[in-house]
Amino acid sequence: MKRNQIIGLALFLFTVLVAVPLFIQASGRWDFYYTLTSVALLSIASAGVWLTFYIGRINIGQGAYALAGGYFAAIMVTKAGLSFWLALPLAGLFTAAVSVLIGLPILRLRGVYFAMVTLVLTEVARLTALALPVTNGAKGITSIPLPSGIASLSNVKLGFYYVAVALMIIVFAAMYRLVNSRVGHLCRSLQQNEELASSIGVNITYLRIIAYSISSFFGGIAGAMFVAISQSIYPSSFQVADSVNFMLNCFLGGLGFVFGPMLGTLVLYFGWDLLFQTGKYQLLVYSSLLILLMLVLPNGLLSIRLSSILGGRK
Amino acid sequence: MEQILANGLYLGAQYALIALGLTLIFALMNVLNFAHGQMYVLGGFVTYTVYAQLGLPFVAGLFASAVTLAIIGALIEYFLFRPVIRRSSREESTMLLAAGIAFFLDAVILLVFGEKQRGVPKIINGVLNWDFRLIMPYDRILIGFLAILSIVSFILFMQYSKTGRAMRALAQDRVAAQLQGVNVDRYSMIGFALGAMLAGLVGGLLVTITGVNLGMGGPTSIKAFMMVMIGGAGVISGAIAGGFILGMLESIGLSVLSQYGDITYLLIFASLMVFLSIRPQGLMGKPWG
Repeated sequence: MKRNQIIGLALFLFTVLVAVPLFIQASGRWDFYYTLTSVALLSIASAGVWLTFYIGRINIGQGAYALAGGYFAAIMVTKAGLSFWLALPLAGLFTAAVSVLIGLPILRLRGVYFAMVTLVLTEVARLTALALPVTNGAKGITSIPLPSGIASLSNVKLGFYYVAVALMIIVFAAMYRLVNSRVGHLCRSLQQNEELASSIGVNITYLRIIAYSISSFFGGIAGAMFVAISQSIYPSSFQVADSVNFMLNCFLGGLGFVFGPMLGTLVLYFGWDLLFQTGKYQLLVYSSLLILLMLVLPNGLLSIRLSSILGGRK
Repeated sequence: MEQILANGLYLGAQYALIALGLTLIFALMNVLNFAHGQMYVLGGFVTYTVYAQLGLPFVAGLFASAVTLAIIGALIEYFLFRPVIRRSSREESTMLLAAGIAFFLDAVILLVFGEKQRGVPKIINGVLNWDFRLIMPYDRILIGFLAILSIVSFILFMQYSKTGRAMRALAQDRVAAQLQGVNVDRYSMIGFALGAMLAGLVGGLLVTITGVNLGMGGPTSIKAFMMVMIGGAGVISGAIAGGFILGMLESIGLSVLSQYGDITYLLIFASLMVFLSIRPQGLMGKPWG
């Protein structure tokens, strides 16, 4: 690591772990905790989508894995009586296992074909949640107990904020490590030309599955964490619009940059929140801005050289 | 059995018409039109307004839907997709734009027409009853017939008119078509307008049977994507085949599996994945790579 990278990292950690809680305490805007927790969790799921972009696939199916992870954790906690802290990684492993099964056939598809099939996957996950008896249909699973450590805290919101931010830091550190490892370089070769990569001896099927299952793992833990916070899950908790949003976060932040999803999630989520003032025109203004942004910057926020500014951050 | 087949045919004709528009846009411009379902809903609301609220004949409503959507489609192509395609370095940017347009149309529909479920009075009363083996309301038969008529005229148009030939050339090879003197920009716009028009037309047709509401857009897009994947993206015969296959599967699934609850789509999707692992390019699509 270079010196300015270390400084950037320290600055970032200080901001999210000390400065933000202090600021919230000073301003008394406790609702910001919920917003920022959501941003942290959504950026974890978006990080998964980004990783599938990294192997050259457009993934609009992250909502399916978030839903699956959420239901898995909810069922483990309510029916099997497991501790949430055990159910959280298990949910990630469960979605990763599911994604291997689903990924084997569909990862052979490319471009819009893959995008379409993953989009359908999100809808199928919702229908599955409606149909299976164990997920309790449209009524969903409600009144899930709070995770044991957090329930005893005096400030539950602050507890969740720290857990979510810690998860986010771990996920992005892992992503950074992965992308800069040998596997990461091989993944980049997939993005550019799969046949060529295959012809020089890269096991493309294996790499695709690995990347996709890591991506789904992120989706699963993000979903499970959301369930712990809202203490309930319904088939409509994650739907097509969420899957599309995960993809938008990545596009907006920029696809060439590991921390792009974090930035994109922050901008999109806060943008949406700020537009709350516009009342019933919220969606209209939001989508108009999105379209305008595409017209002005068709290559994402990254194309205004944001990477060089943020590059020194970590 | 006859009942299931008739339902499947009727559903399939509608679905094929939706998939045709989507696949046409995809073939011409390599754009995955996320907003297709929203265009369909908009078409339904236009017919609802003209036919149920203004009291004009149903045909006028259909015509208004088709024309409105064609104009919207042309404007979207000219002002949004064309500049973005020209300036973006990745083809994925158009997907983001299409998603934005889908949100935008949702917002417009919400503001203009509200979120209530809307239905229109029946266009024809009465039910065809063939010995209790086949029961089908007359309006469904008429709508199915109109849908098939639209499909046939669309195929004839693509096959024999100059515009249709130009669009087919464009879909086959954009550069070669341009070299032969096809005005690529103009025909892209016509193609997009035509695709949007088909979506509006189905919306107008189906509003008489199922009614229309804001939430129908997304699921409709997803069904259209499934059909396009079954048949192969960008292939017209594939879209028609995909539409009829999905319609038939849905009709069979809903009647055979009704006691197991809502698992029809799960099974359809599972079989779609098995099918795609054997034939990733769909039934009639061109293999790639």
